[in-house]
Amino acid sequence: MIFRTMSVQRQNIPDKISDAINRVDAFDKCTGKTKYINDFKFDGMLYAKTLRSTRPRAKIKSIHIPELPDGYYIVDKNDVPGRNRVKILIYDQPFFAEDVVNYIGEPILLVVGPHREKILHILSQIEVNYEDLEPVLTMDDALSADSPRIFGRDNCFVDYKYYKGNPEKAFANAQKIIQRTYRTGYQEHIYIEPQGVIGLFEDGKIKVYGSIQCPYYVKRALAEGLDFDEDKIRVIQVATGGAFGGKEEYPSIIAGQVAFASIKTKRPVKLILDRKEDIIATTKRHPSITHYRTALDENNNIIAMDVDIKFNAGAYAGLSDVVLQRGMFSAAGVYNVPNIIVRGRAVCTNNVPAGAFRGFGAPQVFFAVESHFDEIAEEIGENPLDFRMRHIIKKGERTSTGGILRQEVKLPQMVERVNELSHIRNKWKRYSEQKGSIRRGIGISMFYHGCGFTGKGEEIIQGKATLRKYPDGKVEILVSNVEMGQGALTALRKIVARTLQIPIQDVIYENPDTDRVPDSGPTVASRTVMIVGGLLKKCAEEMKSRWNQQDKMEISRVYKHPDYIQWDQEAMCGDAYPTYSWGINVVEIKVDTITYEITPEKVWAIFDVGIPIDEKMLRGQFDGGIVQGLGYAYMEIMQSSNGKLIQDSITDYIIPTANDVPEIVSETIDNPYEYGPFGAKCAGELPFVGAAPALASAVRNALHTEISQIPITPEMLMKICEKNK
Amino acid sequence: MKSQNDKITFILNGEKVSYAGNPMDRLVDVLRENFEFTGVKEGCGEGECGACSVLLDGKNVPSCIIPVATVQNKEIYTVEGLREVKMFQILVNSFADAGAVQCGFCTPGMMISAYALLQSNNNPTDDEIREAISGNFCRCTGMNMIIEAIKLAVNRLGETE
Ligand code: FES
Ligand code: FES
Repeated sequence: MIFRTMSVQRQNIPDKISDAINRVDAFDKCTGKTKYINDFKFDGMLYAKTLRSTRPRAKIKSIHIPELPDGYYIVDKNDVPGRNRVKILIYDQPFFAEDVVNYIGEPILLVVGPHREKILHILSQIEVNYEDLEPVLTMDDALSADSPRIFGRDNCFVDYKYYKGNPEKAFANAQKIIQRTYRTGYQEHIYIEPQGVIGLFEDGKIKVYGSIQCPYYVKRALAEGLDFDEDKIRVIQVATGGAFGGKEEYPSIIAGQVAFASIKTKRPVKLILDRKEDIIATTKRHPSITHYRTALDENNNIIAMDVDIKFNAGAYAGLSDVVLQRGMFSAAGVYNVPNIIVRGRAVCTNNVPAGAFRGFGAPQVFFAVESHFDEIAEEIGENPLDFRMRHIIKKGERTSTGGILRQEVKLPQMVERVNELSHIRNKWKRYSEQKGSIRRGIGISMFYHGCGFTGKGEEIIQGKATLRKYPDGKVEILVSNVEMGQGALTALRKIVARTLQIPIQDVIYENPDTDRVPDSGPTVASRTVMIVGGLLKKCAEEMKSRWNQQDKMEISRVYKHPDYIQWDQEAMCGDAYPTYSWGINVVEIKVDTITYEITPEKVWAIFDVGIPIDEKMLRGQFDGGIVQGLGYAYMEIMQSSNGKLIQDSITDYIIPTANDVPEIVSETIDNPYEYGPFGAKCAGELPFVGAAPALASAVRNALHTEISQIPITPEMLMKICEKNK
Repeated sequence: MKSQNDKITFILNGEKVSYAGNPMDRLVDVLRENFEFTGVKEGCGEGECGACSVLLDGKNVPSCIIPVATVQNKEIYTVEGLREVKMFQILVNSFADAGAVQCGFCTPGMMISAYALLQSNNNPTDDEIREAISGNFCRCTGMNMIIEAIKLAVNRLGETE
């Protein structure tokens, strides 16, 4: 066998786009050639370490700083040349705390210098004199009338409502009303590479390298913090060791910090979070409380729902507004609910800010709605699969926000297929009649993911992609979307190479550098292939038509929503997404009723992601998403006590390892989307969404008990089961 | 100042090297910074994630919790030192072909653990493979494709023998 060392090995693109090729970055990653942020060194580079708040809410009365040895610096709020607020959706968290701190882990200042041990020593000698203020620690506290106001008048960053039909009337006519409350916990990303950035100030221009998802978000935040013109700011993404949403908004904060530090010290400054800091201080998945009130008619059909969703946003707004919206638009699940009213609140508490994480608000609400469907079925004595099937939404029907589904919904075929593979119908019945101490359970979930940004997002962003042809026949992709493990470097090359009918090694695609690439939008919302890949496909088609006439050319395309899309943001009414990807998961588990330990045994998953751009890479997304979702369901416990995370290290926060992972069988069903490249829809987040509700469903099947909370811990199960005895 | 005698000498990727710094320095830092073998990654610094795995006398160990003093006269390999080794090359090709690489940050450590396994066991069971990499976290792949990659390498090694 020949050892292939070329960065991009020679591969022709198969005729059928879905047929797998090898990732272009695999060899360099296996052999340690790929350089991540912590692998970069610059002449004279200094290191930085952050002093963080140890209080959930306090005034900073004074800070005592020891005498600094030569070459060491403090960088703090006084070194922010522009506005000391990180621009995310609104002017939000300060780059460095000013007179108050609002969560444990909030950055106060950096110690910067040449030797890390000395920096740590200096850090240990700094004393912050706090005056504690009464913190708001839980959502219940935040919403109670007599708690301190820490944001606005109601401690809510946003409080939204939307409805469809006439819920009030439907509830008045209900034969039965069923109510339940569901809770989900924090989840930490645990990308294996901690966050990191390097700032360089040269010739009046700031350059920031980082492990980031969104180069232009960082650039815009820097422009505000530095008060620099945009042409004096350059942001370069380097190989990113996992992100999952965790490197969407947070890097803007640390990018600002190293920029200020490098201006002050006139040296390159590197800031790499250690794992513990990364856990304490960076965003997580929002904990949630969702209450369902559901009205049934005399045939046990759902006629109305009243849904109240609360997300614990933590101390600053971050992206909570939009995370919450995606959650709210998942409230009816994959079902046609004729009358629905949904309220959503992002609640401010003195906890670490929550943020983007694969699924972006949908997983919390899909856990709730799928659990609710299970529990309604149980209450009316129907099989949960049949009960779901009676309510599945179909093409031409209206979503909860009143948008019309224009594409066929293939859930019925997907259900048949998953039943063929898993025999869920038979097993479900059999397992519900079990006795004995080791029990089996099988459960199902059905879910979707809205593709691209919510509402008008894509219209506002107006992503632009460019394709450039060079005289030697090579073609370069110029976009701001990044490789973070999901396979963008390969997938976008594949789309271009296949369209131009050239081998993949003739397509260049470097990590984005804002001085070289247009703003094609952030690498989020599973939008890279569908939206940006779609633009590139159009560029490539145009290029192909002129291929022989021109040896040099540059073609750009700007995104425009398909004409049919209607969206009223104020009323939250219309097409929340241009299209949807769909999924079904079946999870089979074993539960030990003495130790209450859960073991997932096997997972079957069917996905409709339009046309898969690459079966092998997609399987990587499916497997990876499902395993993260299983972790979310029963292993990954993170709780805050008095504003402090109890599980604040990778030793205490447990994620699935090779010993915990069950066999996963996944398949796709073709359902091309007219506006996606080769018919592709979104795929990256979808596979996360269904695992937790399916596992919870399996626990219900095994133990005949209500499950209203994830993660499902042995302690929790024991309590529920003892109570039921 | 340290005298010559205080130096820690060891074999690194086949070459004899010495380190004159603090003997309590973490091996991961010495390898990455002094010898610039950045294929060794740091994911946690707590000995939990396996990203910093190196071969120490043929065994995979987390270099973030090992003081450099303990490797005196021992033999260390990082992925950089294995690039020309046939078994490692077969592993690399198998990882690429099986789709076992995503963000790649866990990958060098994973390769080290897989390599250590195959060196001591040329026909591991599934459970043995799982156990061998259970100290290497991967947040991207869900692990099954990595297990398949190692199985593929086992088969390919069998064919070439
Ligand atoms: S960095 Fe050494 S085990 Fe994680
Ligand atoms: S490939 Fe990303 S952590 Fe394993």
